[in-house]
Amino acid sequence: MKNIITKGITKVYNPDTIPVVALDGIDLQINEGEFTAIVGPSGSGKTTLLNIIGGLDKPTHGSVTISGTDITKMHDNKLIEFRKNHIGFVFQAYNLIPVLTAEENIEFVMLLQNRPEAEREQRTTELLNAVGLGDKRKNRPSQLSGGQQQRVAVARALAPKPDFILADEPTANLDSKSTENLLDIMSRLNHEEGVTFVFSTHDQRVIDRAHRVITLVDGKIATDEEQKPVK
Amino acid sequence: MTTIFKLAWRNIWRNKRRTYITLASIFFAVLLSAFMVAFQKGAWDRMIDNVVGYYYGYAQVHEKGYWSEQSIDKAFAIPSELETVQKEMPDIRIVPRIESFALASHENNTTGVMVVGTDPVAEDSMTRLSTRLTSGRYFVPGEEAALIAEGIAKNMKLGVGDTLVLISQGYHGVNAAGKYPIIGILNFPSPDLNKRMVYLPLKVAQYFYGAENLVTTVALNLENKDVVPPTIRALKKELPSGEFEVMDWKQLMPDLMKAREADTAGAYLMLFVLYVIISFGIYGTILMMTKEREFEFGVLVSIGMKRLKLGISIWVEIILLGILGSILGILGAIPLVYYFHVNPVDFSNMGEGSMDVFAKWGFDPIFPTAFEPAVFTAQALVVFIITAVLAFYPLLKITRLKPVEAMRA
Repeated sequence: MKNIITKGITKVYNPDTIPVVALDGIDLQINEGEFTAIVGPSGSGKTTLLNIIGGLDKPTHGSVTISGTDITKMHDNKLIEFRKNHIGFVFQAYNLIPVLTAEENIEFVMLLQNRPEAEREQRTTELLNAVGLGDKRKNRPSQLSGGQQQRVAVARALAPKPDFILADEPTANLDSKSTENLLDIMSRLNHEEGVTFVFSTHDQRVIDRAHRVITLVDGKIATDEEQKPVK
Repeated sequence: MTTIFKLAWRNIWRNKRRTYITLASIFFAVLLSAFMVAFQKGAWDRMIDNVVGYYYGYAQVHEKGYWSEQSIDKAFAIPSELETVQKEMPDIRIVPRIESFALASHENNTTGVMVVGTDPVAEDSMTRLSTRLTSGRYFVPGEEAALIAEGIAKNMKLGVGDTLVLISQGYHGVNAAGKYPIIGILNFPSPDLNKRMVYLPLKVAQYFYGAENLVTTVALNLENKDVVPPTIRALKKELPSGEFEVMDWKQLMPDLMKAREADTAGAYLMLFVLYVIISFGIYGTILMMTKEREFEFGVLVSIGMKRLKLGISIWVEIILLGILGSILGILGAIPLVYYFHVNPVDFSNMGEGSMDVFAKWGFDPIFPTAFEPAVFTAQALVVFIITAVLAFYPLLKITRLKPVEAMRA
């Protein structure tokens, strides 16, 4: 069973000087196929939680287990390897590699995985079509709009066939139309292909589409509710 | 690996201004250091060629102990083994000389001089003695005449056509005396040589010193410095051990060698300072690039690129810049160094005081650059190595990178 289980996650910044508690004992389970939004005001700990779940940051206390593997105890190289194969990231600022084209950006992680060329090409084409950018495959990020770049970022996150996609404020820099477009794509991937998405977001449009909404306040889970998506 | 090269190459051209600044740092580093070394090496090579060419030759053969105690009594008959070596190495030409001091006199003036008896033809082919004539003419075969240096002529009020009287102690204490018509006046750049050199044909000088068929020195006329070691090896092998000494130009002119070493050490110090400045220039651009791309490094590590692989990609990027900059540096340095090789810097027009320094060693104050491939490749290699070492900085930075903090930058 693919899932994310966090137990008593606490994150304290500057523990030796002026301690700032970003997360305070988070217990959480996210299962395969979920479309979950982590919401809350600025400074509530959404991004910190996502970073810890994704193995980009270490908790001060507690553990994160992904599909049975405790990633908080992993050494750096193993963790990088784990991220590469099990977790896809979508960042607020897209963060594509500027010198690579759309298709090369998508192919990049598969190259890191040493996948055969034919498989890489086939999957890149599939993903580009899935995010509606089949005609932009040779464009570099600077030749794409913000929305298009974020769609490439989603395709890149999906490329290594990860267990989960973690998206940190993926629509924060997008206009309404691009946001709707991106959410449609992600909903479809979740619905049709069972891809698991976990977002941190402020955006009501993203919250409306989620099946589950976890609200953080001051580093603690204030509410954790399932809902019927608006669309 | 292809991906690493592709990424590196594209990243080079992603920020053209940064790339041009880095390339310019490396280009000027190679250009300046190559020019500096070429100038220093060229100047010394010319000095040595001058000194070797005007008198000493690249190597000499004497009787054992002659060089430390230069006495006419250490004159020797040219050994047959020397002819054997000449047959084996036909490029070697020998200049036999008999050298000793004498008292020169004309009317009421006397002065100490060095009398050099030499084979006029062999001497001229090595030292181009005839080109030093400021008046008169060179020796013709069979004549008994003298060529004297300008300083002697001036001090003793001598001119072409006058007679020079020489008195000395000859071989094994015999009296040596003779009078010779002056047929030419010679000019040497060294004031020291200008005050004391008197040339006689070899046979005439041997008769004067009572040392018929004997010489004190056999100077070797060689094509260049490169053939000196094998020639010396061959001579040492053939000549009877314990009877002769074979000395190369470095042993003949230890003062000049010390001066060269001191100057080279100074030049290396200057070069070191230049390298330090260059290093800071290159390091600055690498630092700027690393800082600018910290965010990108964070993203790449986040999505699963191993730090070492990322570090190597950045290292390769800088290495490619290093190679490109070094090649451009060589291409830039070649015409510059070649120009000053063909049009040497001429210090003849400097003040009298400065000229004395050059004249002391007896060479023309003209400094061509050394146009040798090694000068360019060595400097390009040094600058490239500096770049390659500095390129480890981003690699170190990446190994310590925290993705979350990097993406917050």
